[in-house]
Amino acid sequence: MNKTDALIIGAGPTGLFTAHQLKLIGLDCEIVDNLDKIGGQCIELYPDKPIYDIPAVPECTGEELTNNLINQLKPFDIKFHLSERVDEVKKDSDKWIVKTSKGKTFSTPNVIIAGGVGSFEPRKFAPKECEKFENKSLFYSVKDKKIFEGKAVTIFGGGDSALDWAVELSKNSKVNLVHRRDEFRGAQATVDQVKELEKSGKINVFTKFQLNKVNGSNEIESIDIKHDNNEIKNIETDYLLGFFGLIMQLGPIANWGLNIDKKTIQVDTEKFETNQKGIYAIGDICSYPGKLKLILSGFHEGALAARACFKLARPNEKYRFEFTTTSSNLLKRLGKKSD
Amino acid sequence: MTKITYITHDSKTHEIDVQNGLTVMEGAVQNDIPGIDADCGGGMACATCHVYVKEEWLDKLPKKEDGEEDMLDMAFEPKKNSRLSCQLIVSDDLEGLTVNIPSKQA
Repeated sequence: MNKTDALIIGAGPTGLFTAHQLKLIGLDCEIVDNLDKIGGQCIELYPDKPIYDIPAVPECTGEELTNNLINQLKPFDIKFHLSERVDEVKKDSDKWIVKTSKGKTFSTPNVIIAGGVGSFEPRKFAPKECEKFENKSLFYSVKDKKIFEGKAVTIFGGGDSALDWAVELSKNSKVNLVHRRDEFRGAQATVDQVKELEKSGKINVFTKFQLNKVNGSNEIESIDIKHDNNEIKNIETDYLLGFFGLIMQLGPIANWGLNIDKKTIQVDTEKFETNQKGIYAIGDICSYPGKLKLILSGFHEGALAARACFKLARPNEKYRFEFTTTSSNLLKRLGKKSD
Repeated sequence: MTKITYITHDSKTHEIDVQNGLTVMEGAVQNDIPGIDADCGGGMACATCHVYVKEEWLDKLPKKEDGEEDMLDMAFEPKKNSRLSCQLIVSDDLEGLTVNIPSKQA
């Protein structure tokens, strides 16, 4: 069981700056995020897109903003738990017990939800029957490529993941690549490689086709794919791989007894606390009268939530407001010498 | 104001007067039409404002910009008449546009 003063859910800009605020006022914290990297939407959706409305930063990309926030955290030792989703939050007297998808548990008086629009999860195939094959013979990521050796694998998608795996698996498997249109958006070099492999008969490529049906009871026997012109083709396959990118889903947060409306969590504007004492929501995921979904609002909300955490984490101490320009306490925490 | 018709997956028809200059996505979100999530807020970064446009409108709409087709690869059940509604800017030319909202966005 990990003990911490505050657990932050979400490593986007709001979560990162809130960690800074918590450490600055002398609390410790850990951060959990379902993505495999730090930065949230900024890094997953728009790393190269310029942002123009961060105060005092005339222009920066999502990636630059993330890197600057990580740099700002350098004086502090913060534990990140990436590729893990918080699945459960339960009350235990005056603490919250938090469990992740990898089985880690945390005990903390404060849980700060900085979850954006939810956690990033793979987009799934549309036909209903796909679910029962999931993680058995149908996957949205490759964990052990050995299981595909000597088997027929059908890969769906037109981006780098789909193309890279088509090339890689064609060495030891019979590979079909199915995509909804003629163009692939993956790197040109990989597209060329796929076309070569198609010519030499190593990969069968089906374009303008989408998955229509999966046949088989316990194991996949074959699939039906449907062309834009409604023609249906049957392909024998042992495995299905889908690479349709990531989608944000609120997920388990909906089960924690919070007041949720239109995928956002209602909070007060003093502490950004939810209807549950010690659970806060900040950034895009929170709502209150006048809420703006701007990164700068997330920073403000995090700064206030961090002060609220102090009261629950240090019930016997009094919080004293200080400036980083003058407080020797704060400068010490930042690793700077005071004058 | 331009009349846009949104047909939700339950076949309900919503005729909405949308202010010119807004996007078809914003017209839906501001009028509480269910089924358009627009998670990324119109940045063409998520494909959760996906709609099907009526066939006769396909050629009348502004062409897809680079990137829209790439995002549509990730939409739920994309078809030939799929568009991202955040990329459709409402103007007099769109008077009477009808879009169908898919059964889900994710």
